[in-house]
Amino acid sequence: MPEQLFQFLVTGVTVGSIYALVGLGFALIYNASDVVNFAQGEFVMLGAMTAIALLGAGLPLPLAAVAATLLTVLIGLLLERFAIEPAFGASVVTTIIITIGAAILVRGIALLLWGKDFHALPSFSGDAPLHLGSATLLPQSLWVLGGAVVLVTLVHTFLNHTLLGKALLACSFNRAAAQLVGINVRVMLRLAYGLSAGLGALAGILIAPITFSSYEAGVMLGLKGFSAAIVGGIGNPMGAVAGGLLLGVLEALGAGLISSGYKDAIAFLFVLMVLFFEPTGLFGHKVAERV
Amino acid sequence: MMKSGWWKNILAASLLLIGAHSVGAAEPIRIGSFLTVTGPASFLGDPELKTLQMYVEDINAKGGVKGRKIELIHYDTGGNAKDAVNFVKRLIKNDNVDLIIGGTTTGDTMAVIPDVEKEGIPFISLAGAVEIIEPVKKWVFKTPHTDRMAVAKIYEDLRKRGLTKVALITGDGGFDKSGREQLLKLAPQYGITIVVDESYGNKDSDMTAQLTKIRASEAQAIINFGFGQAPAIVTRNIKQLGITLPLYQSHGVASKTFIDLAGDAAEGVRMPAAALVIAEQLPDANPQKPVLLAYKKQYEAKHGPVSTFGGYAYDGLMIAVEAIQRAGGADKAKVRDEIEKTQGFIGNTGVFNMSPQDHMGLNLDAFKMVEIRGGSWKIVE
Repeated sequence: MPEQLFQFLVTGVTVGSIYALVGLGFALIYNASDVVNFAQGEFVMLGAMTAIALLGAGLPLPLAAVAATLLTVLIGLLLERFAIEPAFGASVVTTIIITIGAAILVRGIALLLWGKDFHALPSFSGDAPLHLGSATLLPQSLWVLGGAVVLVTLVHTFLNHTLLGKALLACSFNRAAAQLVGINVRVMLRLAYGLSAGLGALAGILIAPITFSSYEAGVMLGLKGFSAAIVGGIGNPMGAVAGGLLLGVLEALGAGLISSGYKDAIAFLFVLMVLFFEPTGLFGHKVAERV
Repeated sequence: MMKSGWWKNILAASLLLIGAHSVGAAEPIRIGSFLTVTGPASFLGDPELKTLQMYVEDINAKGGVKGRKIELIHYDTGGNAKDAVNFVKRLIKNDNVDLIIGGTTTGDTMAVIPDVEKEGIPFISLAGAVEIIEPVKKWVFKTPHTDRMAVAKIYEDLRKRGLTKVALITGDGGFDKSGREQLLKLAPQYGITIVVDESYGNKDSDMTAQLTKIRASEAQAIINFGFGQAPAIVTRNIKQLGITLPLYQSHGVASKTFIDLAGDAAEGVRMPAAALVIAEQLPDANPQKPVLLAYKKQYEAKHGPVSTFGGYAYDGLMIAVEAIQRAGGADKAKVRDEIEKTQGFIGNTGVFNMSPQDHMGLNLDAFKMVEIRGGSWKIVE
C-alpha cells in the first residue's frame, strides 16, 4: 500500500503540474484588468497545435516550439487589439463575455485548419519511464514541472520586481490613478494579452506530449487551469501552481484510495470548500472592499 | 373582389394538387440524416457524413434509384441528444424524409427512437450499443457491430490464451459504460472473473493512479473499453508503469489515430476490429474483400485514410437503397419490410442477414481479432 500511495502522489504531481502551468496564464490578464480570460485554454491549444503543425511541416522541435509561441503571442495581441480594445471601458463582465466569444471563434478556426483528430507531439526526451523507488514517471512530466517552476518564477519576478510589472499591477488596482501617474493602460493591456498568450502556448507545447491535443483540447484544460487559479488565489502566480498541484494530488488520491468514478467530484468539492472559507483563494490578496 | 375571387383559389389549389401528383414520379427520395460531425465523437460522425455524401452523389450520377434521385438532408447534432431529437422531428415533420440513416452515438440514437417509432419511419442507426435493437423495435435497424459482440470476441480470445482473471478500465462516455455493462454481463458465460473495475474521465490526461491499483491486483489481462484519446493515454500509462499484462482495447479505437497517439506503447495491443482495417490481409476467397477494397479506394481517393465508422454509413445507405429498389418506391412501410428481409448483403462490416428477430443481422465472424505489430494490424487466429 505505501508504494501504491507513492505512485498516486507522483501521478498527482504530474497531473497537477499540467493544471498549474495552464492556471498560471490567467494571472497576467487578471492583474491588468480584473478580467478572467476564458480564451486562455485556447492559447494553450493554439500553442500545441501550431507546434505540431510546424513540426509536421519539417521544422525541428525547438524551432517549431519557438515559432508556435511567437505566433500565439501574435494572436493574443490581435485578440486584444480587435476584440478587447474596441470595448475599452466596458464592464468586467462584458469583457469576460468577449473572451468567451473569442474562445469559440479560435476553436472554430482551429477545427477548420487542423480537423477533428487528436494529434501528439513527440516527447522532448524520449518515452522511457524514470523510476523513483517503486513509482514511475515520464521524463516529459519533469519538463512540465520544470517549466512550471521556471515560468512561475519569471512571472513573479516580472510582477513584483520590474517597473513594467508594477505598472501592470497598478492598472488593476486603480485604472484611473494608474493613468494619472502616466501609465499607458492600453499598452499594459496589450502586454498582458501578449504575455498570457505566450505563457499559454508554452504550457500547451510542454504538455502536448502527455495529453495530446485537438481543436477543443483547450476547453477542459482551461477549466482545470482556472480551477487551479481560483483555488490558489487568482492573480497570484504562486497560488496557481499551489492550486494546480493540490488539485492534481487530490484527484489522484481520490482515484486511488476512494473511487476513480468520484475523483473529479472529490477535487471539485475541495474547490468549493476553499471558496466557501477563503473566497479569495488560499494565497489570494486579502482585499478590503471600500464601501 | 373577394366574392368573385374564391373560385380562382380553388382552381389554383386543384391545379397545384394535380401538379404535385404528376411531378411525384420524378421527385427525389429524401434520406434524412443526423450525425455527430462536431464534438467529442466527431471522428465517428465525420467519416460517416463524408461516406453518405460521396455515395449519394455516386448513385445520383448513375441515374438514382428507380429513376429517382436521392436527396440527402443532414443535421449535425454535435453529440447532443436533445439536438438529435429536435433534428429528427424536423426531418420527419418539415423535411418529409422517407427514411433516416444516422445517430452516430448510442445516446443520440436512443433519444430519437420514441419519435421514430411513433411516426413510423424506417431508421437505420450507426451506433454501437446492443440496446438499440434489443428488444427489437419495429422501425429501428442498425449496421455497426454491437458492443456485446466485441466483448464476446475479446473473451473468446482470452479463453484461447487460458486467461481468466481480468481488470477492467473504462471511460465515462455512453460507449464506455455500455461496453462495461456487457463486459460484466458476459464474464460468467466465459468463466471470467473481473478482479478490478476502474474508470476514468474521457478527458483525463493521466490514468496511472487507476493502473497502479490494477498492477497490484492479481489480474492476468487488462481490458480498456473506450474511444477518443483516452485509450491511447491508458496504453501509454501501462507501458510507463512497466505493466506487462496483455492489453485488450475495444473496436472503438480501431483506427490509425490510435496507433499514432499511443506510439510504441501500442505494440502487442489486441482488439476486435472490423475487416476494413485488415482488408488487404484477407484471403482472396473472402466475399467481403472486393467490397472493402472498393470502398477503401473510393474513400481514400477523396478524403484520406479510411475509417471503419464510415463503413457503417456505407452499409446503412446500401441496405436502404437495395430495400427501396425491392420495395419499388419509398413507401415507408414497404421499405421497412424490405430492410427486415435483407439477406446475404455483403457490406463493409460483415455479411448482413436480417430477420424480424434480428434488426442487425451480423454474427461474430464480422469481427476479426487483430494485434498491433510494427505499427500496423495483423490478424490473430
